[in-house]
Amino acid sequence: MSASRISRALLPLIVGIAVILAWEAIVAAYRIPRFVLPPPSAIAQALIGDFPSFMISLWTTLRVTLLAFFLAVVSGVVLAVLFSQSRMVEMALYPYAVVLQVTPVVAIAPLIVIWVGFERINLALLILAWIVAFFPILSSTTLGLRSVDHNLIDLFRLHGASNRQILWRLKLPSALPYLLNGMKTSGGLALIGTVVAEYGAGSGTATGLAWRIVEAGNRLQIARMFAALFLLAVLGIAIFAATATLEYLVLRKWHESAIKKEI
Amino acid sequence: MHIGLLRRVERSFGSVEALGPVDLDIGRGEFLSLLGPSGCGKSTALRIIAGLLAPTKGEVVWPDGKPRVAFVFQDPTLMPWAKVRDNVRLPLDLQRIPRDEAEARAESALARAGLMGFSDIYPRALSGGMRMRVSIARALAAKPQLLLMDEPFAALDEISRDSLNQTLLNLWREDGLTIIFVTHSIYESAFLSTRIAILTPRPGRIAGEFRSAAPPSRTSEWRLTPEFAHGVRTVSGALREAMAGAQRQGYSDSPELTALTESSA
Repeated sequence: MSASRISRALLPLIVGIAVILAWEAIVAAYRIPRFVLPPPSAIAQALIGDFPSFMISLWTTLRVTLLAFFLAVVSGVVLAVLFSQSRMVEMALYPYAVVLQVTPVVAIAPLIVIWVGFERINLALLILAWIVAFFPILSSTTLGLRSVDHNLIDLFRLHGASNRQILWRLKLPSALPYLLNGMKTSGGLALIGTVVAEYGAGSGTATGLAWRIVEAGNRLQIARMFAALFLLAVLGIAIFAATATLEYLVLRKWHESAIKKEI
Repeated sequence: MHIGLLRRVERSFGSVEALGPVDLDIGRGEFLSLLGPSGCGKSTALRIIAGLLAPTKGEVVWPDGKPRVAFVFQDPTLMPWAKVRDNVRLPLDLQRIPRDEAEARAESALARAGLMGFSDIYPRALSGGMRMRVSIARALAAKPQLLLMDEPFAALDEISRDSLNQTLLNLWREDGLTIIFVTHSIYESAFLSTRIAILTPRPGRIAGEFRSAAPPSRTSEWRLTPEFAHGVRTVSGALREAMAGAQRQGYSDSPELTALTESSA
């Protein structure tokens, strides 16, 4: 039990260290130019050397991502609840939610940027990231609200429950596991949406991590590119870990999906 | 005298006739079993009585006004996110009964259903039989006058089932409840009921009614008596006939009520 837990943490770590060492050695042995593949040490140097400016970019990207994620959760849940309360609203609006989802965000980025204006670029990024992050919340919560045990609805009605009581005491708790699962997808998409929007917004306007990558690429500072990429990966992992932990904490006491993790 | 009366109640789903016409008088304080094969409309009848489903034709009459009804489903139908106590308190919370009183009633219902000390755990941690006890406790907490049960023990092992049968009998006797119990088990209906109504295959109609000679304070011992065996034989014979009759399509529009009374023990 504990042995397998240790090896679960240790094995990926060993692999990671081995890859970094091999990477360093191969770059040195074959004298690969730094503008093709910088060694890990150079990437670390780039990261440490420019740390404050990287942190500002990280914070810019993170702020937009989190805000977009938050708005996506709120608006997705509200819309899903509206759909579940009124079939008419669902029929009227659902196709447009799908349209929003299937249109590539890169394609609409320039339009949104022009509409919102370059002087409010972060608002444009926010809207674009929200568009990407919103749909998984809407679809998973809608599914969850529909998957309520029908006998429980009958039971609620039998004991005189109002529609509001059924929503708050039955439908929303039933939909919670679905929502949390949607949040895991949506959190990652919010980051992707932010990054794509930063690219789409074009040069000189955004100051996030994606812009760092573009800027470093233009100047052939490949180590800086890798450093920004590394931070983006860390950000993505952190967001996923946070949403997965939230899911586990909320569901572990009662939901079937959390059982296996305990055993 | 009668708590409710079904008058030529029929129900169809689209073009499928599921039930009826059925005439049934529900006596106050009786333990009435609806016995029939799967898909004979027993559950439909129960849902109509509960008011969860409207009859296509006919009506349900409540001579003294609609009684307080509680329902126990085949599945325990618990809210997995709520602790046992909160599940049991649900009917009271929905009626906005003050928290203290609701809490006390929930605890007492749990104790009576044999779940003392299980209030603070989640349903997931309970066995099937225990979950069914929670479901029964929840029904009890609502203080029903009429308790409707839809094959509540069908999915349980025999040991849990016997034990729950006994618990249910005690609760029925102590509270003066009226119970309508849907089942496809001849033995269960013969053990529990004061009256058994046999339903034919779809569309379900009442093929016969039997009064049971079971003493009110029966225990499992009663299953070993000749009277019990006789009851089982009578009921299973009638059930077999009802099935065969349905296969011959030999039923007239108004099924005859054969009120056989067993030789009293």
